[in-house]
Amino acid sequence: MNPKNLKYTKKHEWLLEKEGRGIVGITDFAQKSLGDVVFVELPEVGSKVSIGESFGVVESVKAVSDLYSPCSGIVRLVNENLYAAPELINDDPYDAGWLIEVEIEEVAQELLTAKDYKFFTLEEQEG
Amino acid sequence: MTTEKRTTLYTKHLALGAKMVEFGGWQMPVQYKGILDEHQAVRTKAGLFDVSHMGEIAVCGSGALPFLQKLLTNDLQKMSVGQALYSPMCDPTGGIVDDLLVYRIEAEKYLLVVNAGNKDKDWEWINDQAANSQQGMEIRDLSDEIGLLALQGPLAQEILTKLSTESLENLKYYHFIFSQVAGIEAVISRTGYTGEDGFELYLAADKAPFVWDELLDAGQGLGLAPAGLGARDTLRFEACLPLYGHELSATITPLEAGLGFFVAWSKENFIGKEALLKQKEAGIPRKLVGFSMLERGIPRAGYTIKKDGVSIGEVSSGTYAPTLGQNLGLGLVSSKEAIVDNEISVSIRDKDLKAKIIKKPFYKKGGK
Repeated sequence: MNPKNLKYTKKHEWLLEKEGRGIVGITDFAQKSLGDVVFVELPEVGSKVSIGESFGVVESVKAVSDLYSPCSGIVRLVNENLYAAPELINDDPYDAGWLIEVEIEEVAQELLTAKDYKFFTLEEQEG
Repeated sequence: MTTEKRTTLYTKHLALGAKMVEFGGWQMPVQYKGILDEHQAVRTKAGLFDVSHMGEIAVCGSGALPFLQKLLTNDLQKMSVGQALYSPMCDPTGGIVDDLLVYRIEAEKYLLVVNAGNKDKDWEWINDQAANSQQGMEIRDLSDEIGLLALQGPLAQEILTKLSTESLENLKYYHFIFSQVAGIEAVISRTGYTGEDGFELYLAADKAPFVWDELLDAGQGLGLAPAGLGARDTLRFEACLPLYGHELSATITPLEAGLGFFVAWSKENFIGKEALLKQKEAGIPRKLVGFSMLERGIPRAGYTIKKDGVSIGEVSSGTYAPTLGQNLGLGLVSSKEAIVDNEISVSIRDKDLKAKIIKKPFYKKGGK
């Protein structure tokens, strides 16, 4: 379920690295836990994000969740489709529901592989 | 492991894939397929809710009516058997202990339906008040014996008619009948907490799972969906029905919450009357208003409401309103700012975002 070419945080974001750029989103586990996403707040293009720090929020009907960055760098693109259609995060978390694209300065060291993330979420579910 | 209570429908919820949460000391389904789908089902077709967590307290005997008249702010005098009535229950300061439904089951038998999270507190409160009252009365906690299902939505009558021995055609809003539903004895009440037409079914708790399945079967093909507490909250919010712990509390009076209609001044006495009368005469300091966000953001309970940068109150409930497609809120603000069309702001993550006070309720069945 979780694509193998991505890296994952324990806060349930994913990172796709390609040629110095990183695309960030939230995982399928995260969108399922949140339920229907009805609101997204993303940083402005040109702003800076830092490893482990909040760069925005997603809100479901019932809850507000911070988004934590798996990398540091400058935001180059944000998925503006989400403002009108936040449900894209539920429908397609690993593709159309992406959040931001960052010009990477540094990637967090403790990111998980797809397999490790899977184990992590299983443990968290039982916890 | 858990100390939270389970309704008799617990395993039904799990089998339907519900996400369970703690609510008022109970493990309850917050959603099955999704809050938005369930909300939509209730607005356009029908939804079935397990609300067995609600508390039921029976007050019987010749002393019941005078006692309840003192206990509750609304007037029970004109209630006939077969009728239901909504009332706040106040303390002597006018703060709300709970809000509840009263059913007149028999001439001298009343049933109070109270919020799950307040039941123990209510039980204690009611018994304390009864200790100072005259004799001829028995108070019983029936919460564990009674199961409660809510069938809500425009198709609720069509679905329930398939299973009910009694006709529902002439059952009026806030009235109830004794009937059999799928062969099980039940009280069918035309009440609800969604802003739609619908029914609440009181029945033996151990029979609730059977009737639940029969109702889902009867609603198959008509779009009936099991619905959780998440949708119950968004539905009641759009209809601007207050929720205890949000719009109502021990520090909020019925007058501030806009429930003056349910305060019977004509009654000689009831707990809180003096304080409420005083507040009415001095001027109600805060009022519950509805507002719509003009800038992007969802107001949430506890956020500060401002006018020209100065705090005037607090959000009591807020969410994305699915039927209206807007981010809306309810909040208590100082009365002088509680005017429709007044432009205010809500502090969301350190930003003051513009909003506008609008008319309540946000949603009325049958459209505007």
